[in-house]
Amino acid sequence: MSSAVVISAVVLQMWCVAGLLAMAVLAIALSHSKRATAVVYGATLAICVAALFGSLRWLVGDIANSSDVILPIGLPWLGAHFRLDALAAFFLIVVNLGGAAASLYGLGYGHHDPAPHRVLPFFPAFLAGMNLVVLADDAFSYLLCWEFMSLVSWALVMAHHREPGNARAGYVYLVMASFGTLALLLAFGLLAGPAGDYGFAAIRAAQHTPYVAALVLILMLLGAGSKAGLVPLHVWLPLAHPAAPSHVSALMSGVMTKVAIYGFIRVVFDLLGQPTWSASVIVLFLGGITAVMGILYAMMEKDLKRLLAYSTIENVGIIFVSLGLALAFQANGLKLPAALAFTAALFHVLNHSFFKSLLFFGAGAVLTSTGERDMDKLGGLIHRMPLTSFVFLVGCVAISALPPFNGFVSEWLIFQAVLQSPQLPQWALKIMVPAVGALLALAAALAAACFVKAFGVTFLGRPRSEAAETAHEVDRYSLSAMFILAALCLLAGILPGLVIDALSPIATEILDGRMPIQANEPWLSIVPIAESRSSYNGLLVLVFITISASLAVYFIHRFASHALRRGPAWGCGFSDPTPAAQYSGASFAQPIRRVFGTLVFRARDHVEMPAPGDVRPARLRIELHDLIWEGIYQPLADAVGYSAGLLNRLQFLTIRRYLSLVFATLVTLLLVLAIWS
Amino acid sequence: MVVISDILVQGVQMLLVLLLAPLLTGFVRKIKARLVRRQGASVFQPYRDLLRLLRKEVVLADNASWLFRVTPYITFAAIWVAAALVPTFATGLLFNWTADLIAIVALLGSARFFLALAGMDVGTSFGGIGSSREVMIAALAEPAMLLIVFCMALVAGSTQLSTVANFMASSYVGLRVSLGMAMVALVMVALAENGRIPVDNPATHLELTMVHEAMVLEYSGRHLAMIEFGAFLKLLLYISLIGCVFVPWKIALFGTGPLSYAVGAGIYIVKLAVAGFLLALFETATAKMRVFRVPQFLGAALMLGLLGTLLLFVSRSF
Repeated sequence: MSSAVVISAVVLQMWCVAGLLAMAVLAIALSHSKRATAVVYGATLAICVAALFGSLRWLVGDIANSSDVILPIGLPWLGAHFRLDALAAFFLIVVNLGGAAASLYGLGYGHHDPAPHRVLPFFPAFLAGMNLVVLADDAFSYLLCWEFMSLVSWALVMAHHREPGNARAGYVYLVMASFGTLALLLAFGLLAGPAGDYGFAAIRAAQHTPYVAALVLILMLLGAGSKAGLVPLHVWLPLAHPAAPSHVSALMSGVMTKVAIYGFIRVVFDLLGQPTWSASVIVLFLGGITAVMGILYAMMEKDLKRLLAYSTIENVGIIFVSLGLALAFQANGLKLPAALAFTAALFHVLNHSFFKSLLFFGAGAVLTSTGERDMDKLGGLIHRMPLTSFVFLVGCVAISALPPFNGFVSEWLIFQAVLQSPQLPQWALKIMVPAVGALLALAAALAAACFVKAFGVTFLGRPRSEAAETAHEVDRYSLSAMFILAALCLLAGILPGLVIDALSPIATEILDGRMPIQANEPWLSIVPIAESRSSYNGLLVLVFITISASLAVYFIHRFASHALRRGPAWGCGFSDPTPAAQYSGASFAQPIRRVFGTLVFRARDHVEMPAPGDVRPARLRIELHDLIWEGIYQPLADAVGYSAGLLNRLQFLTIRRYLSLVFATLVTLLLVLAIWS
Repeated sequence: MVVISDILVQGVQMLLVLLLAPLLTGFVRKIKARLVRRQGASVFQPYRDLLRLLRKEVVLADNASWLFRVTPYITFAAIWVAAALVPTFATGLLFNWTADLIAIVALLGSARFFLALAGMDVGTSFGGIGSSREVMIAALAEPAMLLIVFCMALVAGSTQLSTVANFMASSYVGLRVSLGMAMVALVMVALAENGRIPVDNPATHLELTMVHEAMVLEYSGRHLAMIEFGAFLKLLLYISLIGCVFVPWKIALFGTGPLSYAVGAGIYIVKLAVAGFLLALFETATAKMRVFRVPQFLGAALMLGLLGTLLLFVSRSF
């Protein structure tokens, strides 16, 4: 079957990366041409599709031919290693699928960009950076590519740098990204050990003491976790993701957080070797907290893109819970449940990249059409943007984990893994896992509430502003990108068995275990453990719902009255005078704010009622506190500012004092050395 | 031949739930009326209500969208499918393995999602207040439901309702404190999910604490009929669920023949009547609570589920 020119999969990927980097350079050259947008996005689309099919074919087809390339750059004695294995191939699929969708969307959306030359060069470079992080096979190239990805994404965040708040978003992002890279640097330093062999193969082969392993886990949680958006390291994410142009927001939320999760899996599951059960406790705990906090923040948000960014945090939490379960099972040698939890995590990674990109595209469509991100100024868009609202609805249903869409399948698999927890011998885990499962259920239900709010306030009701009233449908490229993603959401939801089987090589590679082959199940059901335990069939659920809905429609239209009259809304006889009297985002969140927010956000409602006779309007003011920002980051920033103020004096010393300072430092260091040995 | 009889049994169940659901609601209303010494409408009144609604014209608000018009059908279909998947009079139905208990709960979640959206569609305050409260109650009920599922799955080793029912019907389960706690928790969740007293009042939409009825205020005619029917089905579903898990006596096991099916169906109707009577009794004896007391009510359900689970762990290790 081998053709004349055999090009190994990894070489193809590297050529794609080279192509993307070339596009970045070309974009600078073209920056003032009118065709630049079409050329750059068209080319990135083609390259991403090529890379996507390359890795897909490799993962499904000839996975046995593992291959790597060593480029003569980087550290002189090491070179830059790049390798394609099953885990990398899966994340390449996520990256390039997201990249292809964003490029297609960009073909239309990019024309509305006020400053395309600030986006076009960085967009392909960002994709190249993410591809490289996934492909890197030694610590040095990994960190280099990681930092490249961070910096390029920072440039994209700063694309619209004059808009209020974006400069601050870029600053916070830069600080957090540097902190994350520092943690990764230390983690890889510990992994490489004193010998300093930075190749992943050598790290994998080495034995790590439990102390080092625990430290590396914590550093990875800090490093990869801050990029993925783990609470309390998430603060940059809701600022930076929405600040970028919408297709870049989709990439950052849908894809870059996944690259961070890839880093976590690569180090903690692959390089560290056999985990200990106590490692899973901290991952489970952080994941559960992240899921619930993320969605509670999202619920309180009225900016559509920030709401989506917060919901990304929730989904990252769900993925980390699932990874924590996989760690717990793996530590106890329970291969099948570990594979189940791990596959569920990967499935959710894939799903989230689908629906989060879709939702950000939808938010971008709303933004181009109305110029508004504030939901309280939107409303009624379902009449003026019917296609966008339809696909956005699909995304909302999928992300709310409702059958028959894909979000439900991965969460169902996670719950099945949670139900395996009684097999764990450790008491701490036995008690913790059901509690975390309840947190997940809470997060899922809150996600449904949050997306009822997002869709209901933005697309339903009456328009709350002039802009919303005069909105219009967006271009065909944007719509086709959204429709493709919506179709993928449905397909992954009704044919989950195919996805699970495609993911099995990864679980085999990383955990040395796998889920049962799903293709053999009748009717395309999925059966995680055994049919008597649990099974789910998305296809049949869809078919049943369709049949019963059609039956209902048929009988109603056959036998019931057809009469239909349009009239003013009933509202118990009281019609609201203005659209502003409708339920807004804040009022929709009120019950949940009152139940959870008083504790989590110290939420208070202040009513300012004017005295009788006073004609000023009464006002309701909502007071919310971001306790994580106020409790951790603000004091930290204050402390840094204070000490910088103190040290500022050092700037104005005489040369004599500088010299004596240098001398004192030298003596101290020598003393330390003398005492050390 | 086997497949045909399987499909037949499954079809019978789908029709049975459809036929019985309004009767159950009518029965509960009748008992409630009798308990407060009113005559009450006939138990068949819900059927008449549905027929009357079907004959009436639909009055749509001017700005109602397509979503508003398709929601009644989606909601009804999702609840009907969910109700068809819960074993009522027999276990091991043809399509039981399509969805386990978690999926059934999620199907009901899909129905609620669309209904809450429809409440937001017209843009009146009533719809918004109903939707926002409905999703709050759901957010509290779902974690409790998961812990109940967990507790049940620990005992029966499955979330597949047929397997659970078969296991519970077998003699070696015995009386367990955990299961008792799970049952109480499930009843509490069921009350909340169905909008019954003390969480919501199904009889009125003009109360200050309105939830479900406020959400569907703008519906009329055949659309309202579908939504009402969905609500009837949901009540039946939860009672069937409690029945098949906690009191699976005489439920027909898979493939035991028509006679056993007939006995199972008879017993099932008796179970429904008993549950309906208890529900009416409870609702008459209880006052509706303020809407922001609901978190405590459902928090208690959550705690019961958690306690039941922990108790199982403890009792197993000693």
